[in-house]
Amino acid sequence: MNKHIIVIAEHMEGALADITFEMLGKAREIADAVSGSVTVVVLGKDLEPFVRKLGLADTVLLVEHDALAEYVPETYAQALATLLLERNPWLVFFGATSMGLDISTLVASRTNMPFLAMAKNVTADGSVVVTSQIYGGKMFLDAVVTTFPAVISILPGAFKADAGMAEKETAVERIAPSLAESEIRTRFEQLVHPEAGDVDITQFPLLVSVGRGIQNKENLAVFEDLAEKCRSAVAASRPVVDQGWLPMTRQVGRSGAIVKPKAYLAFGISGAPEHVEGMKNAELIIAVNTDKNAPIFSVAHYGAVEDAMDVAQALAEKISGAQQ
Amino acid sequence: MHVAVIMKQVPDLVEELEVDPGGKLLDRSWLRFIPSEYDEHALEQALLVKEEFGGTVDVFAVDIGEPDEMLYTALAKGADRAFKITGEFDYGLNNHTLADVYLPFLKREPYEMILNGVQAIDDIDGPIGPILATKLGLPYVGVVSGMKPDPSTGTVHLRKEYPRGVLAEFRVAMPVFIGIQAAMKPPRYVPIARIQKAMRAGGIVEVAAEAPLETAQQVVGFDVERMYKPEAGRGAEMIEGSPEEIAERIFQILNENGLVR
Ligand SMILES: Cc1cc2nc3c(=O)[nH]c(=O)nc-3n(C[C@H](O)[C@H](O)[C@H](O)COP(=O)(O)OP(=O)(O)OC[C@H]3O[C@@H](n4cnc5c(N)ncnc54)[C@H](O)[C@@H]3O)c2cc1C
Ligand SMILES: Nc1ncnc2c1ncn2[C@@H]1O[C@H](COP(=O)(O)O)[C@@H](O)[C@H]1O
Repeated sequence: MNKHIIVIAEHMEGALADITFEMLGKAREIADAVSGSVTVVVLGKDLEPFVRKLGLADTVLLVEHDALAEYVPETYAQALATLLLERNPWLVFFGATSMGLDISTLVASRTNMPFLAMAKNVTADGSVVVTSQIYGGKMFLDAVVTTFPAVISILPGAFKADAGMAEKETAVERIAPSLAESEIRTRFEQLVHPEAGDVDITQFPLLVSVGRGIQNKENLAVFEDLAEKCRSAVAASRPVVDQGWLPMTRQVGRSGAIVKPKAYLAFGISGAPEHVEGMKNAELIIAVNTDKNAPIFSVAHYGAVEDAMDVAQALAEKISGAQQ
Repeated sequence: MHVAVIMKQVPDLVEELEVDPGGKLLDRSWLRFIPSEYDEHALEQALLVKEEFGGTVDVFAVDIGEPDEMLYTALAKGADRAFKITGEFDYGLNNHTLADVYLPFLKREPYEMILNGVQAIDDIDGPIGPILATKLGLPYVGVVSGMKPDPSTGTVHLRKEYPRGVLAEFRVAMPVFIGIQAAMKPPRYVPIARIQKAMRAGGIVEVAAEAPLETAQQVVGFDVERMYKPEAGRGAEMIEGSPEEIAERIFQILNENGLVR
């Protein structure tokens, strides 16, 4: 069997997303080990500038059309389903991102290909084994692929983007998608960029970040106080923002900011993959959580199993004491 | 607006998770179930639509975990009908099978919108929304955190989340399947007394699953070999002691890195 891996590229506003390189690096590694090949498929319009960045692929397949100028789940799924059925791949990689979450499963369903979500690793040593991270990061699951082609969604950050970056000449193929445009019921209108917030959490060397473990809005005061004492700002996980305790501009993670502070203090944050995506590159991560099995302790450098409020309060007092 | 919401029960991650002796599934004897967080947002969003535009909200759940309390809570919050689909469900991982279970019930009614949570913590074979949308032939948009139906044009305006706080706006012709990330308001609180009242009134409609269920334990195209916990605290140096002692050590670490003085 021809071991052909297809990587579905992701890009937005003229830039390829890191996940594209993360998947490409892994696909290259697997293809080299099994004497296979890698094609990166890019959907959109005016895609030429991306080609030289995708040098690790054997082929870059550009699928250009006005209707693909912006990501539209229905249109992209339609174009990709037809294409994948024609190309008969071995494995297909999508990013488990906000865009990939829609189209990976749509395409697998349309093509009747098996689908495995949230992959943290893929190995092809004899059989193809996918390790998925489920239950908010609290369990791993190893599954052997038994039917090909198979579609796998890859968690952002599972592989190194650097390993997928190489500017070299590659074969380029251009095709027009087969689209039944009259069937498309979804229209893209516009992108809305966030208004500048009160603070830019990406700019602080130290971040005090809070999750649902702080229990209620009133407890925020403890962390605001701590942040003020160490000239930091309060960042947060998604539930804190969804509850309306803090504005969206404070959210770290998949839909929020990607932060790389010198130190990230995670209070009452479980460490779900969607949160970790946004803070895993902090130089120093210190987590306080009452659950010794919280996945955050797998990415943290230091951890403490304790009540977040008690530790934050004690730390604020310690800093005040030292400053006197 | 005639809206359906699909909700499911998932293990409560606050409780300790254990692997079943077979090594491929969670050990059910210890599990506590709660409604999937994003499904609760989907219900809230449906109720907000009903409040603004009128119509009905139907909630569907399969008999996995403890769906009764979830369904009575939905009724107490303002859902019109709650359907519990019964069958020989073992707690599985397979949304493809679940999609087949829901399919006939969703086909039977002219829903203009079907909502559910964009993802659940156990979606090993992908979120159920895109699978069902494909089977129903409906357009799908997921990771949605805002919506505004326009009954006069038969469309709904959607806001989908992208990275770094960017939102994409779409207009979709109804009927449509929407994967909700967050409702436009936090899910409402409903007093226990109102849930108990809904329970006393009964009102959950039990319907038997019509689809064959034999694949409920296995993901088609994959053989699950092993489920296991990540090593606890792998990598992290754990700080022991009282909150004061922990704070002292954190202070020291931050101080060494020049972050506090
Ligand atoms: C498409 C998509 C995008 C997403 N984007 C993001 C994103 O951008 N950012 C994000 O954060 N999430 C995002 N999520 C959500 C993510 O999956 C998790 O649900 C979320 O990160 C969990 O937040 P949390 O850790 O605060 O809450 P939980 O997972 O509920 O964890 C709370 C933690 O607090 C601990 N705790 C409880 N009490 C205390 C106490 N007294 N002291 C100390 N600890 C305590 C608990 O042990 C637990 O570990 C996204 C999800 C999806 C599907
Ligand atoms: N299409 C939409 N999708 C999501 N949210 C919206 C949409 N239109 C308006 N909103 C929000 O709904 C609220 C009321 O909007 P409006 O009725 O346009 O004043 C505001 O908070 C808007 O941000």
